[in-house]
Parts: sequence; C-alpha cells; structure tokens
Amino acid sequence: MTKENRIDRRFAQLRAEGRKALVTYIVAGDGGLGNTVPMMHQLVEAGSDLIELGVPFSDPMAEGPVIQKGHERALEHKSSLRKCLELVKEFRREDGETPVILMGYANPIEKMGAEQFADAARDAGVDGALTVDLPAEEAGPLNQLLGERGLRNIFLLTPTTSEERIGAITRLASGFVYYVSLKGVTGAGHLDLDSVRDNLARIRRHTDLPLCVGFGIKDGASARAVSEPGDGAVVGSVLVSTIGEARDAAEAKGKITSLVGEMRAALDA
Amino acid sequence: MSDSDVVDFSAYPDAGGHFGPYGGRFVSETLISALDELQAMYSSLKDDPEFQAAFDYDLAHYVGRPSPLYLAERLTAQAGGARIWLKREDLNHTGAHKVNNTVGQALLAKRSGKSRVIAETGAGQHGVATATVAARLGLKCAVYMGAEDVKRQSPNVYRMKLLGAEVIPVESGSKTLKDAMNEAMRDWVTNVDDTFYIIGTVAGPHPYPQLVRDFNSVIGREARRQSLEEFGRLPDALVACVGGGSNAIGLFHPFLNDSEVKMYGVEAGGEGLATGRHAAPLNEGVPGILHGNRTYLMEDEDGQIIETHSVSAGLDYPGVGPEHAWLKDIGRVEYVTADDSEALDAFRKLTRTEGILPALESSHAVAYALKLAATMTPEQNIVVNLSGRGDKDIFTVAAIDGIKV
Repeated sequence: MTKENRIDRRFAQLRAEGRKALVTYIVAGDGGLGNTVPMMHQLVEAGSDLIELGVPFSDPMAEGPVIQKGHERALEHKSSLRKCLELVKEFRREDGETPVILMGYANPIEKMGAEQFADAARDAGVDGALTVDLPAEEAGPLNQLLGERGLRNIFLLTPTTSEERIGAITRLASGFVYYVSLKGVTGAGHLDLDSVRDNLARIRRHTDLPLCVGFGIKDGASARAVSEPGDGAVVGSVLVSTIGEARDAAEAKGKITSLVGEMRAALDA
Repeated sequence: MSDSDVVDFSAYPDAGGHFGPYGGRFVSETLISALDELQAMYSSLKDDPEFQAAFDYDLAHYVGRPSPLYLAERLTAQAGGARIWLKREDLNHTGAHKVNNTVGQALLAKRSGKSRVIAETGAGQHGVATATVAARLGLKCAVYMGAEDVKRQSPNVYRMKLLGAEVIPVESGSKTLKDAMNEAMRDWVTNVDDTFYIIGTVAGPHPYPQLVRDFNSVIGREARRQSLEEFGRLPDALVACVGGGSNAIGLFHPFLNDSEVKMYGVEAGGEGLATGRHAAPLNEGVPGILHGNRTYLMEDEDGQIIETHSVSAGLDYPGVGPEHAWLKDIGRVEYVTADDSEALDAFRKLTRTEGILPALESSHAVAYALKLAATMTPEQNIVVNLSGRGDKDIFTVAAIDGIKV
C-alpha cells in the first residue's frame, strides 16, 4: 500500500499543478492487437493522464451496447487477459510514467489464478485494477494480493451506494475512487451535475483519495463539468465507439487525438 | 468437506449468499443497492404467515397445486426395475414448474410497489410464466430473449405477446440465454426505480438462488408428503434435469437432510461429452464467476464463457445454480448426463407408454431414470421431476424427424 506507485505519483503531480486528471478507457485488442499499444501512446500524447485498459470478457454485464461491442471486437481479434498483460509490458518499453489500470471482470482472473495474475500484473508494469464484478464483500483476497505487490485497488461508487458502504469501500480503495455518475450501464443517459456535486461531497467526507467521475462524458464540456467538483474525468464509451466506427487505424488515431485533445483543453482551460 | 459435515442443509446459504465456496454476489456496485433492497424485503416476508398464505393460495387456485405424484406403470415395466413415479409439474398452469417461482416473485414485486417486471428466458417457459403473472397483476412486462432463441421458440414468443409482454430479442454475444440474462441485468440497473427483475433460475447474485429455490421447494415438500401417502416411505432416489437447476433444487431441497434419499441431477449431454458440444458444466466445467455468482462454468482457457449445445433450449446454459455446485462437491447429489438422443428416446417412450408428452428438458431426467430403475429392485421407488410439458417442443422434434408441422 505504501509502495511507490505511478497512480499516486500522477495524482500528486496533478494536484500540485492544480490540474484535473483525464482518464481514458479503451478495450485491449479493439481495433486489432497490434494497434492497441500505438493507441495508448497516442492517448498519452493527446493529453490522457491515466489509461484504463479494458480486459475483454464474453459477458460484460455492466457495460452498455457501445463497450459491449468493443469487447466483442477485441475477442474477435483473440484478445485476452494474457494478451492485455503483454500489451502493457510492450507499452512500458517506451512509457515508464503513465499509470495503467486494468478494468475487467472477475472470471478471466479467476481462471488465471489470482496470485498468478497479481504477479503477472506487477511484472508487466500494471499499476492498479478495477474488477467490475468484485464488490467490496468479495474483493478481499484479490485486493490483498495486489496490494502486497504495490498495485492499487480501484473501486466504483454510485449514486445508490449507501453511506455505510461508502465507508467500507473507501477503506479498501487505493489509488483513486471512480464515481459512476449515472444509474445504469456504461454509455447511458444524461448527466445530473447537482447530483454529482452532492455525491462527491458525501464521498469526500470518507476519503482523501482522488475522486474521478465517469459515465456520461462525451466531449470537452461534459468532461470539464463533471471534473469540476472532483479530481478528474473518466472517458470510455465515446472513445470505444470512435474506434469501432473508424474505417482503419489511421482514422481512429486521428479522431481519438482530436477528441482527447478537446477534453484536455477543456479541463485545463 | 464431505456430506456428513453438513448438519442442516436448510441453514444455507450464509448471510452473504454462499453455499460453501459458491454463490455470493459478484456484481457491479451499481446493482448492490437493488439487491440489498430485495434481500431486505424477502427476509422480512419469507417467514411472514400472511405472505406465505397468499403464496399458498395462488399456488392452489391459480397454478393448480398440488401437482399429482403419478405411478408410471407401463414405463416402469419397460425399464424393468424400480417403480418410477412422475411428479407432474407439467400439469401446472403454463405447463411447467417455472410458474411456482414467478407467482412468488410477483408477490414480491407487488409488495415492492414497482410497476414493471422484466425477465430473461431461454426456451420461453420462464418468459411465459412471467408474462402470465404480470398480466394477472396488471404489471408492465418486458422479456429478454436471445435472438437465436426467438427464432427457435416462436410459439412461446407469440404467447408472451398475447399476454401483453414486450419480447426484446438480444443480439449481443452468442444471442442465447446467457446474453438475455446480461441484458436483463443491464435493464434492471438502468430502471431499478420502477422495475422488479424476476430471475427464472437458481443462479444470479444473492438472494436470487435462495428465493427461487424457496419458491420451487413446494415441489419437494409435496413429493415428500405424497411419497409417504402413496408408498409409506421416502423415495429411494430422486431424478431431475439440471440447466440452471431450479426444478431440481425445488425437488431435492426438502429431502437434503434425509440421507437415505439418493439424488441425481441430469445435465444435458448434447451431442456427447466427448464432442465438447454439450451443456454439462457440473460434469465437464470448472468453477468460475458469471452472472453474479461463483459456480461451475463452461469456459475456455482464457476464462471466456463458451457456447453450449443441447436439443433442449431450457438446458442450454453455460452455468448452473451455486447450490448445485456445492452439492456436487460435498457429494450429496450425483450429477450425470443424458445426451440429445437419449432424451429424444425418452421423450418418445414416455409419450407412447403413458400418454404424457414431456418437455425435452424433463426428458433428460426420464432418460436417466430409465437407466437407474433397471439397476434397482421392484420394491424401490424413484421420483422423477416431470418439470414441464412437451407441447412447446413438437416443432423441434418434428424438424429432427424431417417433418414440417
């Protein structure tokens, strides 16, 4: 837990500069396994502070249609947890600073074995994990293994999370807290900023960890709006749909660069 | 752990929904408050005499319970061994055991004050049973069904529509039951304020495996009483088919503490276990996490869930209820398989010897019971859960016979 970690370092640096974090999500292998690492570097160049790499799963229960399709495309390209770890290792050859978080589902980890996964994630240069279907009650064993290896355990909090649970979850969480600003699946609906503000204040009473807000961020304006009461914005669906709709890697790269660039500029303005 | 370590099976699951290492609640934080709310409501009602009386009333007057325990004499003679008794869940309203659960969950939905129910369905039996209770209570109803299953099960799709339900074809993933369940979960997360999710089997996150079991346990409670009335003792063996496992757990559960009663859960062997084309996670799968619980799964070396195969859509599911996973590990229940051709043979045999057209799902149980009976003596008794009627399957069987109906 106290071990030096890229996530902590990045947030400390952002805080010192008075800037908000831009966290970007793509699915590992979406658009082809060979295009993922170049895309990660592109995200960083365009202004992403942290990268969440989605680990594809056949049954991504919490995702909306856009990210589901990203998982399906990645699986068609034979992506997997094992491949994700290789991709992070490859990314680390050129980027030793940008934090990478694996976001996925419990079963591929269960299949690999929690301890093997924790070792492999550390060795690959992964900085944290968010396992969507491991709520606080079930996350204990994996959290401990990751924590012992200096990785951070990222948790989701939602508008429906009770006060008591916020306490319990923030005690387990490290790195940062991911606040899901909407009910529903990823990519859904519109934002209620008053509710975001109220809920972040509620969470703030329990933890000093950075608070990043995700779900429902589509452009520079929405990124800026949600990050204002918190420490950063998480952007996923809009990037995944851009990759899905692009005719080729070059078009995806161009569109992602301008989208992320717009969000970066809005956050820094 | 062995069988003898468990003192009282009715004490499971634990507070977190675990049956040994299985079960639990593996869902996104977005679903937790809805599950907490459901669990709190169910805990307060499950031992409430008024709620129980309302449930019993509906089972008697709407479902038509108790269902008979029928001695299949000609089938018994064919098998040549133990007497085969059929627990006639096929005679329930809507034609299967599924309605026991939907009647119970509909009562919960009504108490919750929510105006809309949703369900997932494979073969369509649970969808029909849900649409039925929704019509009766005047609730809006949406049923998620894999696009492949919508094609395979068109009569049930039309039945649901007649009952006023919206049937939503699911185009994601393998377009079958597992994907329908994913989609129903997504709907529930999004519309939780006005929507009650009626899960159709003993899988899913806690408290679903428990409450679906409890509502279906009426099968075993009746069978226990009827066995004592009909042959003066408990059965020597129980046999039921297992997809998700709701009819099997419903029959087994009230007998679990009776160690002299042997139990057999019959999974779908599909085209044969050796071909890999089957739906038998307890026989061939490994423990993993899907749909909110830890249980045995059919998956590949990367932990991706793989497609299953069975002639019966209702058994075509890559997971299984967590209580079954645990009962397998501790050895209380033996899980076996019947393949497609054995199930079809049993389907024809029961139809011709007893004039009872069984569901292809239930035909798997009949197939195994025929084999089992032959190894036992004429003084012994087997109770087979005839979980549903086969009218819905005549198109499938006709197609196999090369006949256009």
